Amino acid sequence: MSTTTYRTCPRSGLQFESQAEKLMLANAVAAVVFLLIGGILAIGVVLTRWPAIHWLEADTFYQVLTAHGIDMLIFWIIFFEIAVLYFCSSTLLRCRLATPRWAWAAFVLMLVGAIMNNVAVYEGGSSVMMTSYVPMMAAPSFYLGLILFAVGALIGCFVFLGTLVVAKRDKTYQGSVPLVTFGAITACIIAVFTIVSGAIILIPTYLMSLGIVKSVDPLIYRTIWWAFGHSSQQINVAAHISIWYAVAAIAFGAKPMSERVSRGAFLLYILFLQLASAHHLLADPGVSTAWKVVNTSYFMYFAVLASMIHGLTIPGAMEVAQRAKGYNKGLFEWLRKAPWGNPVFSGVFISIIGFGFLGGISGVMMGTEQLNMIIHNTIYVPGHFHATVVIGTTLSFMALTYFLIPVLFKREMIAPKAAQWQPYLFGFSMYGFVLVMMGAGTLGVSRRHWDMAFNGAALAYEWPGAAYLMMGLVGIFGIAAIAGGAIYIYVTVGSLLWGKPLDAGTPSKTFTPIPRTAPTVVAQSYGSAGFAAPGTFVLAMVFLVSFILYYFINWKYLSQVWGLS
Amino acid sequence: MSAILPPAERLWWKHPLDRVEGTWILLALIWCLTMFAMMVGWHIYGKQNLSTETYKTTPEKFTAKAQAFVDKYTVRTETADKTPVVAPPPGSDIYMVARLWSFWPILELEKDKTYRLHLTSMDYNHGFSLQPANINIQIVPGYEHVVTVTPNKAGTYSVVCNEYCGINHHSMVGRIYVK
Repeated sequence: MSTTTYRTCPRSGLQFESQAEKLMLANAVAAVVFLLIGGILAIGVVLTRWPAIHWLEADTFYQVLTAHGIDMLIFWIIFFEIAVLYFCSSTLLRCRLATPRWAWAAFVLMLVGAIMNNVAVYEGGSSVMMTSYVPMMAAPSFYLGLILFAVGALIGCFVFLGTLVVAKRDKTYQGSVPLVTFGAITACIIAVFTIVSGAIILIPTYLMSLGIVKSVDPLIYRTIWWAFGHSSQQINVAAHISIWYAVAAIAFGAKPMSERVSRGAFLLYILFLQLASAHHLLADPGVSTAWKVVNTSYFMYFAVLASMIHGLTIPGAMEVAQRAKGYNKGLFEWLRKAPWGNPVFSGVFISIIGFGFLGGISGVMMGTEQLNMIIHNTIYVPGHFHATVVIGTTLSFMALTYFLIPVLFKREMIAPKAAQWQPYLFGFSMYGFVLVMMGAGTLGVSRRHWDMAFNGAALAYEWPGAAYLMMGLVGIFGIAAIAGGAIYIYVTVGSLLWGKPLDAGTPSKTFTPIPRTAPTVVAQSYGSAGFAAPGTFVLAMVFLVSFILYYFINWKYLSQVWGLS
Repeated sequence: MSAILPPAERLWWKHPLDRVEGTWILLALIWCLTMFAMMVGWHIYGKQNLSTETYKTTPEKFTAKAQAFVDKYTVRTETADKTPVVAPPPGSDIYMVARLWSFWPILELEKDKTYRLHLTSMDYNHGFSLQPANINIQIVPGYEHVVTVTPNKAGTYSVVCNEYCGINHHSMVGRIYVK
């Protein structure tokens, strides 16, 4: 226990414990490797769905799509999230990491599981998509890989919780944990629920693939699997929103507008966010209307309320900090004078806007019980979740990485110009990508479909020309986004390998506790109409009006289809 | 006090909120409750609500019912496989079987008439994606889902499978005529 050392980063003032630092590095590097694999697979997916190119054969396409989904949605994101959890506990609370040996065991289990699952998919015979709906079966190692990975991630969650205990016991901080750590605790609680749900359904399915269990009910599988599949995306939401708060603090020195509001919103997540796995069962048989309505709306949209709160308070905190620095002219000087050339900030801001306008609004549409019928399993669905998981989570992680390169990796960033442009190229091409996917989905184009021309079908359907046009644009935007992802990997891996080493700060045998924070004066002397962040409020109103209009447009669209009862 | 440091006030839940936050929370809450009311209200006033009538079934049981239905109401056959085209009377129970990789049979319905459509799968999950109307329903094996449908426009409709079901998933397309 006493063998560990602490260093204070001279560039950020953050204190890193050596064990935690190595683990963060290992998890982050593993994450980036899976992002690289997933990104290469993405080339196959978009070039096949681009109708004019239609590159891969059907079997290869489904294989590549399965691996792309799992590598991106599970392995890239959860490896990175484990690094974020260690950062939010050990680094932000300035304490040692609890049980580093268990943390390494977790890492090894996750890595072995991820590789095993990938190998199962590449061997063929496990092209079952990420969802692996029974009775379609994959190889046993496909499920075993996922189970090992999940067990590893669960251990990682408990290491995080243990680290909180260490910090409390060693009195490394006073009062409550920082807001960002609070958000990470939210993510961790959701993660534990998620992983346990995954185990409940994947273990019997694994036994079924071995022939030990005779059958798993397809509807029960869908119900429990989504408590894992959807909830894992809710971990992302809690994690990347924590990162947004962190970046607002790092880039602007912004403090939360109100601790009560922001923490209250995280509490709403813990209480209601998990209900959303019902979104995937709205078009299913056998589930009652009351169950669907209560769950799909997160019990009266309380988790949507929470997201709308974060969507205001994060840019709001940035605005307040900017106004305090004197950028006080008009509604938007604070935003114009923001550090747009800093990829840590620009990445997060592009992420916030895209997550809210594209991911958030489309998610509520799909999650409305009746509107789901005009969206379920169309390519609108991947359009939505690329807005949430790629623009929301992945882009936030990328932005955070640019901060971590000098701070955690202790390297000077290679190609800073490329890094400066990367969030714009990646973010805006993803904006285009998800918009055309949603457009094609509105016309009914199916997701997970090899050939929209229905080659070889006895009764083919002719999609409208606009659907073909939009699927072509999916290809073009997709390739642009992949190029943006490649720049990220080049800058990150390149900096790690060839970046000029930077001063790490002197190691010390003991930690330096966080000094007591001085109470702040709450009264604001800037802003207008009694609003501390009037510019953000205007942006929020633009959001609300777009949301309302688009919501009712979809109802109008639904009211024109066949009567169903 | 910043988001990455402990809050200065020990009792953070007493931290006052700014007017901009209070106003926004109120507006957002009203909108959330409106959306909830809309979803409930559509069940009362709307005409597109997915039925939840469901029975456990087996491929044998469902095939027997579907076969009887086809034998009774077939008017002609289409395509090289001689897929029956079935024209049931309005108001009746109608059947569609989803299996690797086809929908069976072809249905011929009348506009503005109501039918009880029975859906199930013989094997994997499939998707009932009615185009160009764009109505999408999940088909789960072992479960017979009875959906009441009222076509509101004449024409030739396709049923595209939009749940991945294996190598020939892309060729799984059925048909419904509405006269």
